[in-house]
Parts: sequence; C-alpha cells; structure tokens
Amino acid sequence: MNEGRKEIIQIVFVLVAFVFLVKLFFIQVLDDRYAQLANSNAILRQIDYPVRGLIRDRHGKLIVYNTPEFDLQIIHREVKNLDTARFLDVFSLTRAELLQTFKELKQKKEYSPVKPTIFLTKLSARDFAKIEDNIDEFPGFYIQARTTRAYNAQAAANAIGYVSEISKTKLEKDKTGIYKQGDYIGQSGIEAFYEQYLRGTRGVRFKLRNVDGIEKGSFRDGEMDTLSTPGQDLTTTLDLDLQSYGEYLMKGKSGSIIAIEPSTGEILSMVSGPSYDPTLLTGKNYSSNFVLISNDTMKPLFNRPLMAQYRPGSIFKIAQAMVALQEGVITPETRIRCDRSIIDCHGPHTNEDLRGAITNSCNPYFRDVLRRMLNKGKSNNPFDDTRIGLTEWDKHISSFGFGKRLGIDLPNEKNGLVPSPAFYDRAYGGRPWKFSNIYSIAIGEGENLVVPLQMANFAATVANKGYYITPHLVKSIGNSGKPLPAYIEKHYTTIDSMYFRVAADAMQRVVEEGTGQYRAKLKDVIVCGKTGTVQNDPKPAHAVFIAFAPKVNPRIAVSVYVESAGQGGRSAASIASLMIEKYLYGATQRPQIEEYVLKGKFLN
Amino acid sequence: MRNNNDIISDKMDWVTVALYFAIVFLGWINIYAVTYDQAKSISIFNVDINSGRQLIFIVGSIFIILAILIIDMRFYETFAYVIYGAILFLLLLVPIVGKEVGGNKAWLGIGSFGVQPSEFAKFATALAVAKYIGSVGFRMDQLRNQIILFAMIGASMLLILLQKDTGTALVFTVFTLVFFREGMSPMLIICGVAAAVIFILTLLVNSYYLFIGIGVILVVAIVMGKKKIKRIAMLTAAAIALCCVIISVDYVVTNVLRPHQQNRIKALINPDADPLGFGWNVTQSKIAIGSGGFLGKGFLKGTQTKFDFVPEQSTDFIFCTIGEEHGWLGSLFIMTLFVGLLLRIVFLAERQKNRFARVYGYSVACIFFFHFAVNIGMTIGLFPVIGIPLPFFSYGGSSLWGFTILLFILLKLDIHRMQVLQRI
Repeated sequence: MNEGRKEIIQIVFVLVAFVFLVKLFFIQVLDDRYAQLANSNAILRQIDYPVRGLIRDRHGKLIVYNTPEFDLQIIHREVKNLDTARFLDVFSLTRAELLQTFKELKQKKEYSPVKPTIFLTKLSARDFAKIEDNIDEFPGFYIQARTTRAYNAQAAANAIGYVSEISKTKLEKDKTGIYKQGDYIGQSGIEAFYEQYLRGTRGVRFKLRNVDGIEKGSFRDGEMDTLSTPGQDLTTTLDLDLQSYGEYLMKGKSGSIIAIEPSTGEILSMVSGPSYDPTLLTGKNYSSNFVLISNDTMKPLFNRPLMAQYRPGSIFKIAQAMVALQEGVITPETRIRCDRSIIDCHGPHTNEDLRGAITNSCNPYFRDVLRRMLNKGKSNNPFDDTRIGLTEWDKHISSFGFGKRLGIDLPNEKNGLVPSPAFYDRAYGGRPWKFSNIYSIAIGEGENLVVPLQMANFAATVANKGYYITPHLVKSIGNSGKPLPAYIEKHYTTIDSMYFRVAADAMQRVVEEGTGQYRAKLKDVIVCGKTGTVQNDPKPAHAVFIAFAPKVNPRIAVSVYVESAGQGGRSAASIASLMIEKYLYGATQRPQIEEYVLKGKFLN
Repeated sequence: MRNNNDIISDKMDWVTVALYFAIVFLGWINIYAVTYDQAKSISIFNVDINSGRQLIFIVGSIFIILAILIIDMRFYETFAYVIYGAILFLLLLVPIVGKEVGGNKAWLGIGSFGVQPSEFAKFATALAVAKYIGSVGFRMDQLRNQIILFAMIGASMLLILLQKDTGTALVFTVFTLVFFREGMSPMLIICGVAAAVIFILTLLVNSYYLFIGIGVILVVAIVMGKKKIKRIAMLTAAAIALCCVIISVDYVVTNVLRPHQQNRIKALINPDADPLGFGWNVTQSKIAIGSGGFLGKGFLKGTQTKFDFVPEQSTDFIFCTIGEEHGWLGSLFIMTLFVGLLLRIVFLAERQKNRFARVYGYSVACIFFFHFAVNIGMTIGLFPVIGIPLPFFSYGGSSLWGFTILLFILLKLDIHRMQVLQRI
C-alpha cells in the first residue's frame, strides 16, 4: 500500500540539496556583489595621507609649511562616567556646545558607538597641551593628528591661496576619483593651480577588522599596501622680502603691486591690497573666518592683480606710440601741436616730438597719433577707414598681451578688454562709428580694460625691447629646477625692437624731468617709468605707474595701481620706485618717500 | 558461536560509519577555521578554543558508540517507552532547574558541565514512535492510533517549546514524513506546506492582492468545472477559509510571535530592509558564502567568517565557513556527503526486517534531513533563521552526541537485523 513512498522521500532529499546547490551557484559564482560586500565588510581601507608640498620663495625661504593639527575622536561605547564639568574646562566648551556636539555626533553618517568618530576638530595647539595632559581622564576619547597649513609670513595670501575641505559641488565634478568627502584641496592661488603637484599621492593600507571595527592586522601581510608619497615642494619666483615690503607699503590702500623680472617673466612680488592673514583660513575657526573675510567690503579675497579690470590711463600712450611707429604713421621726431580744444591736457608744453609728448603725457598728441593710425585713408568712407585701422591697431595691441589672459599660473585671471570693431558694433547697436567716437582709447581711457598683471607685463615687454615671457609664480616644481614649459617660451610683439629704445628713452625722461620726476627718480640707477591718472568720477582718480630699471639690462619691471589716490606721479610712482630700490639695494635711501607712502595722504 | 565483536565488525555498515567520521572530521576542522586567528595561531587541539573542546566531544562520541554497540540490541525496543519517559521528565525539569544559555533555557547543568535534554529527545521520541508503530495491531488508518502518535511528538514539542527553543521543537514536525512513509495520507503534509506557503505569501504580498487573487481563482474554478451547487459551495467555503487564514496570519505575526521571531521572518522576506538590524544574520551569512566564489578563498583564508561578522558561527552558521573558504565546489562536496548519508540511512531502513527498526531508521533519516535542510537553507536565505545545528558539523557536545546516538542505534539494529528473523 505504501508503494513509491520510499522513492518520494528520496526524491525530496535529493531535490532539496539540488535547490540549495543552484541557489549557492547563484550567490557564489554568478553574483559578484557578495564578494565586493565582503571586502568592504572585513577589509578596512586606511588612507595614508601624504604630506602636502612646501612652498618657498625664490631664495629658498619657507613661506608655507605643514603643522600638525589635532582632532578629538570618540568611541562612544567606551565613554564612561564622563565628568562633564571637567570636560568643559579642559576643552574650553560651554555646556550648550557640548550637548550640541553630542547631538551632531549621533547624526553623523559614519557614527557608530563602537568605532572612532570625530568629535571635535582642529584643536588648536594651545588647547592641545592642556588636553594632552588630561586626556586620560576621559575614557573613550582619543586624539588624532593630521597636518594643516602654516605660514611663515603673512604675505602673498592671495597669490598663495588657501587649503580647505573640498566642497560638495567640487567633489561631484571630480572625475579623477582622488578626492573623498572631508579631504583638503587647494582652493585658490598657487595651492589650487599646483594642487596636483602639491597633494602628493596617497597610500592605502588594507587592514582586516572584525565586526566591531577593531583591527586584526594587515591584509595579506600588506602586499597590496602602498605608501604615500609626499607632495612636491614648490619654489616660487617671489622674493619674500620684497613681497612683505610691498604689502607694508600697500597697507590701508586698495590696489596692487606687481614686480616682474623681465628676462624670465618671474613674478618677484604680487601684492593685492587689502590682503588678509592666511592663518585665519586654517584651524578651528576656518568657517567663521571665511565668512568674515568674504563679507569684508574691501574684498580682501579679490585678487586685484589678476581680477581687477581697470582702464589703464596714460601708461597706454607707450603702447600707442609703439604701434604708431611700427605702422609708420609717425617718427620719433614727429611734432604735433598740443591742441587743447578737443581734449584737455596738463603742464606747460605746446608742440612736442614723441619723447616730449610721452614725458609730458600730452593728450592731444596721442589723440592725433591714433587718428593717423585709424584713418590712413585706405577707404574713402571714414567709417570703413576707422574699421580697417582699428583692426590693425588691435592686432598690435593684443600682441602686448592686452585683452586676453596672459596665462599666469593662478586661477581666475581676467581678460581685460581691447576694443575690436566687433565690440563697437555691439556697443553702438549697429549704428555706424568712426574715429571721433572712440578716440578716448588713445590715452588709455574709454573702453580699454587691463588688469594690473598686464600692465606689469607691458613694462617687462618694454624692458625686454619687444618680447615677454608669461609671468608666473613658480620657478621650480619639486627638484626639477624648472617651471612648467609654458613659462619658458618668449612671446614677441608685432613691434620692431628698435622702437622700444624710443620708449625707454622717453620713459627715462618721464622719471627725470616729466610727470614722474622727483618721486620715482633714484640716485644710482636709471629708472624708466610712465605715470597714469585714470578718471574715476566722482571719486578721486586712480593712480598708476609702470616702470623698469635699470635702463640697461633691466632687472625689475613694476606696475602699481592705487585706487582713488589721485595723480599717478604721487602714490604710484613713489611705491614703484621704493619697490625697485628695495629689490636692487635691499633698502630705501629715501625715508621721506617711504613715510609719504605710509602716511597715504596723496590727494592734497 | 562467533563472539559479539566479530558480528559487529562483519555486519557493521562501514559506508555509514565512514560518512559519519568524514562529516565529523570536516566539521571539526571548520570549527577550527572559525576561531583561527593568524595573529595568534592557536593549535587546533587547544581546549581553550572550540575546536579543542569539539575534539573532546568527538572522543566522547566514540565511547558512546562503543556503549551503544555493546548494549544488547533488544534493549532499545524493550526500553523505548522508558527512555522516552525519562527524557520527557528531564525536559520537564529543565524550565525548573535549568540554566539559561543564549536566551534559551535548555540546559541542564551537572557541575560545570551542561547538556541539552532536547537534543536527546529526538532519539527518544524516535524510539517511542517506532515502537508504537511497530507494535502488534497498529494501523495507520485508525484515528486513535494517529492521535496517539501525534500526542507522542506533541509532548516532546510542547516541553521543548516551554524552554523557548522553537527551532528544536519544529524538528519534530518532520515525523509526519515518517508517518507518510508508514501509510498516512499525504493530505496532512500537503496542507502543512500549503499553510506555510500562504503564511509566507501573506507577509510578502499585501493582503488585498491575495484576496483579489483568491477571488479570481475561485471564479475561474467555478466557471471551468461542473456547475454543481455542492461544488460551488465547497469552493466558496474554501476561499472564505483561506481569507480568514490570511487575516489571522496578520494577527498572529503582530500579536503572537515574539519580536525576534517576527524579525527572522521579515529578514527572510527582505534582508536588505535592515541589513544591520534584523537582517544582519542572513545578510552577513550570505555575504560570507557568496564571497567564496567557485573555489573558495582557501582553508583558514576566510575573512567574513573569521572576524565574527556571522553570529553563531561555530554552531548554527557553520556552513558559512564552508561556503566562504571552499566555495561552491566545497559546498557541493559537503552536500554530497550529507545526501549520501541520508540516502544510505533510507537504504538501511528499508532493509530492516521488522517495522520498529524501519520506522526508527526513517525517523533518523528525516530528523537529519530536517536539520540539514533548515540549517543550510537559513544560511543562504531560503528559510527563516531557526537556530538548529548542522548534524555532526556544528560545534556542541549535546548535539553531536544526540545525533551520534540516533545514528548508531540504527547501525546497531542494522547489525542484528537477521537475528530478528531468527527470533521469530
């Protein structure tokens, strides 16, 4: 009566085992999800953070280095009998802050009562001594060290930039997969531009851990571990003494100083005024300090040398003269009457040649030079003629590096503006325009816009008699002794080098007998300079000065831009000459000029 | 006449013995693998760790085997009810004087030594059931006989349930398979399985969909079949009954089952819902097994099973170690050993000359099968987590001895199977 039941039972036994084997085949062989989960489960990827590269000045003086910073970690389960009053005292917290910290702790994604979780970050060095002595009183709390940036001098904050935690948006954009949340990244300046060299390579250590997150030795005896390699040190082109001196001179002023070594394009000093103390953007109070600095109405985070686009003013007359000479519309001996009926001028002069016109910064002279440039009679239509002339003019002016990013090794450089025919078409909305509409560009007013870096680069170009090397801030990455390849190449202007001699002569006369005399003149060295006073109605004009020295084999080219400081021959010329003096001789011999600059009363 | 020892060695089923020792040995080295820590490298024989203690239990089993073989084969049938009664008494004693281990009060302490009477209840119940079915005049189709049978396994289950050891109690349901072999209608098993399926479905699917599904099936069944009023009434009644079951399952799950039991069922259905909470065991166990791949990570090379990710690693979740370190191939090997043992036991049971021995043999096979199926099934997420050991494999003295006694009483009976005929 029970036929076949034995077989049924046997079949059930075999069938169950078969189902198990099929299921096992799925999860073991076909689905590799479990293998990955197993790795993340038991294998702890521990990042070995590299030391960020150091930043030095051109003489090897340390500007930026790393200093240890301490975080307080908590293993919540191990916390027992916490003496709250004592804890508040040791860690300088209020009761409310402590409660808040505990509240936030439990909301953290990585929080686990059995794993170390960051409790307080960035204990300052002063706190640390006290904490280190007393940490044993608080079971479950541990100190973890990491490094943070530290600064030897409060200098070049905008050029060097700062380092802080990577933002969410940047993290999303990061395609390299190098960064993780909580990682530090260069946010501006050299720190951002040279991030890939400075950051070094991380190492990874694979550790085995048990279910409580407790380490149980290395995985496969460490054969898969990699060591971190420290970031490469950078040698900048900055002269730390000159930089500090520049910032000292710019104290209380808005504007910029840029000093370049003409033969190499190396930036000796790049001052953005006002600046900030870079140490504010490290350590415990980064967030609150950042808000404070970025809300400052003087905009200390605004890197004026690269980002402030100004009208260049009369310094532009040098460029104008070069172009006109190259185009053959004037010779150095061409005299033009100072006709003040169309455009105002200053000083007692009436009918100068080119050198004289530059020396006296004669506005009518350069208006007429531009007229000759733009209206060469290549077309009978004055509108078309201007268009043809402006196109040629553009080509020359652009070759000085105006109107486009020079390509400095810093982020956020602005273009400036060299007006093209297309620009005026847009500006005039299709209505016709001719020379009489646009002649303000002759004297560096009107639509021209340059950034201070371009002005300094222009001074360097004149000093080099016709070429420039893109200004840059880093002369050696690591031990290579070389900058990036882009910073070796010479960029020639469209102007023949002989015309630059005329410019140099004229600029020498500016300093010796013209608008720049007295304050820019130095006893032992021939300084070539040009003043500029840029209209800024209704506020006082901006003061501009570009210069290079010595005249033969120039070693330094400078541009100075001081906002709302009146005539360029006063503040800007003083600062520029002090910078030259400081760089060439190590100190100024004219304390009265230094005092004049520091006093900062340029308008009366 | 040849002496007793010669008979034993001649007639002993050495295939079963070989399978037994193979499984025991593999279990032992896997228990070592669980506790193995490369940093410490403790010897497998060290009694401070589970593998060392398991070895003591294994040596103990050899003594038990010898004792079973020496005792006269007639003892087991003759004293079946006495042994059963004694074990019931011990089970009754446990809640009163027992000590609690891991949430279950299932241990009887004798000095520092603890035993779980529930592990021994299996062979005792098997003996009693076999004796009753084998008794003269027993007829499976008689309701009275059936009631007595279910009362026998019910008594063991109830007393074990009192110790809150649900897993072990559930083992006794497998006796229905034995009854089926002995002529009971398969309806009971079919109904039981159907009830379990509905139970799981209720948890998986929203009750309303189930109601709709039942409605649709009802309409189809009415339309397709003969349109007799009696049949339609029967079908409708069945459908309503099913809906009532579904409603009551909801009630049972939320109100009767204890929270950890609810969680185990929820974990079966969706372990990813809370992988660190109630789904932890199953998730971790699947990760461990799944990470083994085809060939496994190698003996002692497992990462998941070393560092306590899988709870109850040495006992209920020992199969994870196989899965992780020996992969699919290792799992296949272990499965083959177990299925081989089960089929061999069925073979032994079928060649017995009296009903007592055959029923007992099937009881042994079915008990092993239940443990095997549920234990491995839960580690790979096919069954809810029911804490029962893998026979001969899991760490633990009581379970190893309990299973050893089960198996070797059968082997003893098998040795003397021809004497039964001689006696009659």
